[in-house]
Amino acid sequence: MADPASRSILVTLDAEDDIAGFRKEARRLLAERVPPDRVVWRVAGSERDLFGAEPARRASKAEVSLPRAAVELAQAAAHHSDPGRWPLLYTFLHRSLGEKALADNPADPLVRRLRQMEKAVRRDAHKMHAFVRFKEVEDPGGGPSRYIAWFEPDHHIVEREAPFFIRRFANMHWAIVTPRRSIRWEDGQLRAGPGGRREDVPQDDAFDEAWRAYYASIFNPARVKVSAMTAEMPRKYWRNLPEARLIPEMIETASARVATMAANALADEERGIAEAAPRRMAAPVAMPAIRALVRSCTNCPLHGPATQAVPGEGPADARLFLVGEQPGDMEDLEGRPFVGPAGQVLNQALEQAGLDRERAYLTNAVKHFKFELRGKRRLHRSPSAENVDACSEWLLAEHQAVAPAVTVTLGATALRGLLGKSVPLARVRGTQLALPSGGALIPTFHPSYLLRLQDEGARRIEEGKFLSDLRRARELLAA
Amino acid sequence: MGSSEGMGICHAYAPDGRCISLLKVLLTNYCMFDCAYCINRSSSNVKRASFTPREVADLTVEFYKRNYIEGLFLSSGIIRSPDHTMEQIVEVARILRDEYDFRGYIHLKTIPEADPKLLEEAGRHADRLSINIELPSRRSLEALAPEKSRDGIEGAMASVKTQIDGAKSEARSARKLRHRTPPKLFAPGGQSTQMVVGADQETDAQVIDTAAGLYGKHQLRRVYYSAYSPIPDAKAGLPVQAPPLIREHRLYQADWLTRFYGFDPKEITATLKGGMLDLDLDPKTIWAMQNRGFFPLDINTADREALLRVPGLGEKGVAKILAARSQGVLRYADLARLAASVRKIKPFVITPDWRPGGLLDAASLEARFRRKAEQSDLFAAAA
Repeated sequence: MADPASRSILVTLDAEDDIAGFRKEARRLLAERVPPDRVVWRVAGSERDLFGAEPARRASKAEVSLPRAAVELAQAAAHHSDPGRWPLLYTFLHRSLGEKALADNPADPLVRRLRQMEKAVRRDAHKMHAFVRFKEVEDPGGGPSRYIAWFEPDHHIVEREAPFFIRRFANMHWAIVTPRRSIRWEDGQLRAGPGGRREDVPQDDAFDEAWRAYYASIFNPARVKVSAMTAEMPRKYWRNLPEARLIPEMIETASARVATMAANALADEERGIAEAAPRRMAAPVAMPAIRALVRSCTNCPLHGPATQAVPGEGPADARLFLVGEQPGDMEDLEGRPFVGPAGQVLNQALEQAGLDRERAYLTNAVKHFKFELRGKRRLHRSPSAENVDACSEWLLAEHQAVAPAVTVTLGATALRGLLGKSVPLARVRGTQLALPSGGALIPTFHPSYLLRLQDEGARRIEEGKFLSDLRRARELLAA
Repeated sequence: MGSSEGMGICHAYAPDGRCISLLKVLLTNYCMFDCAYCINRSSSNVKRASFTPREVADLTVEFYKRNYIEGLFLSSGIIRSPDHTMEQIVEVARILRDEYDFRGYIHLKTIPEADPKLLEEAGRHADRLSINIELPSRRSLEALAPEKSRDGIEGAMASVKTQIDGAKSEARSARKLRHRTPPKLFAPGGQSTQMVVGADQETDAQVIDTAAGLYGKHQLRRVYYSAYSPIPDAKAGLPVQAPPLIREHRLYQADWLTRFYGFDPKEITATLKGGMLDLDLDPKTIWAMQNRGFFPLDINTADREALLRVPGLGEKGVAKILAARSQGVLRYADLARLAASVRKIKPFVITPDWRPGGLLDAASLEARFRRKAEQSDLFAAAA
């Protein structure tokens, strides 16, 4: 007989997933301290062993003591599907006999490799917990339904994960079928058996449709992050997930849905505007009467400190209707709208836009000057919503009497005066709204906003916007 | 049926990348309250619908049997009265637990204005209770959710905390006395809350501060931050633009630092500019850049708390380093195997064969991290 130390030992496992066989054989070899390079591992039926080594079939009674962490790591990694794992596992266990803390050394290359396998097995198990989908099969005899799932794991984990599903679905009758193995739980008994085919498992379930409806409705089309989804739910699982068939269409239609939502939001806004927009007076009032009524108005406290009310001015049949905020210091003294500094900015811009001030009707949302006394100076104060609403009666009467083709509101106060509700100017400026009375509404800034801008560059930009709004008004008038 | 052991399981992911773990529904979206930031507020013209408690319980069980979900997360608009609404919510949980013997996960949103007795019943059935703080400050709550009160919300949180603590100590003494059946725990999963971010003008400093107060006072398990999303037909005064999603992400990162990385909330708020978290860089990197004197750390001797402050090292990375160094001195090559990205951590650490030298200079760190942040932004813009 040749020197036994020089001979290779051939170990045959029953199947790719014969973990129990490996455990038994490894214990025997470790007990005899057989070095890893002398062991050849093969699986029955495969032709991987090209060495003519002699089969070893001896039982050993010697005890082996391995560190717990090493056993746990080897146990987990043994479920990996890599056919080359057996010699790695044996080498690791053999080294662990001497290096008691080996399993806890993540810097060791072999440990690192086994930890990666362990991690892959855990991840596969985790995905199995998550992505198994049971289909209900009713019992024709009226007994309890059975729930059957088809699943395709990457590693040999089906039997290993049975306890998880037993704890969770203890009082159900269920089965999980995979290509390699299957498990069945009925009346408190677990049975393991050979694998099956996808066709053996029902494709549909009565609740799949409800689940798909839930899945589709919880998705926010404004936040499409396909890579975040596929990182956690890789495509290979999709064919067995009832909800996954919706995914391509959900992604494809997401941007269109967002656009529709935005358009609807805008439409909502316009509808809101239209609903609030110019309340029609039951009996229209003629322009001279409006001027007289405005001058004697005491609807709100502003008439007290002000010098006089400032009604609108311009032709009663003007096609262009301009609404400002309220009279300023100079307007209050002169009794005419837009004669102060902001009026000058407006005049200049109207001219640049090719609009004739003389042919337009100009007025303010609030007809009295609201101010605060600072020494001798009267400082402008913004009118409150109540002030605006109290005065809107006059603005609406003017608007109805003139019935303009184009209305330009200057600033947020003018917009509120006309529409009877606050609409953020930033949202509607630059657009053109249709008024129910038939005319068009162009909301833009108040010219005093341009006066307040300190930064030269910012002012040029905003002046450009202001001008473009006025030019749009001219185009509409010309059309 | 059911178990709530694997409460972290995501059974599906939506194309927006979010995890779907629970059946998350409202019993009804009718609501008497008029919280400006909410799509279901009373003045909204959204379509309304309601479930009966049994319908929700049945749907939960059928979904659970098919392994679609881990359990139920139930909330509701306020209908008829806070008490009536809370009764309905509790009824769903009662049907599930008592009639269907459902042992999966149940999270109930509780209504702070409801009778404390109902809150207690909810806690007996649920794994977790949550009460929304809604907004970071009293001021915002008064302006945007006029029917709610901060004192009412915090009062309910305090009473939930008392009951959780009480049930825990009861269970402890039952264990000591070796009682066979310990009393059922009260909301064993603790309580959490949600804060809407970006509907008001409050800064991240205010958000972090409020969260720190809630973690401290009421021992919340989690504060969830929810970026305000503009709703159709919004009330005047609400922002039109959604806050950048990255803001929500940065707040979660800051939250994590205080809960798992040993940072005091004040250490984070001290790094803020204008009270806001940096949107380009994560708060841990920002802290490191502003506290360069803390580094470099010797990988072989620094303690766990210190290592957790190295940008690029998480809890797992630190655990690996501690395990590996107990078996021998770690060199740079070992570090490269242990850390997810040695490139990110190398300016902050020392090994016998590695010293960061000039890498730890302010300008060098700035260049290293900022340039990368800009690049990723470029890609974001192109996408």
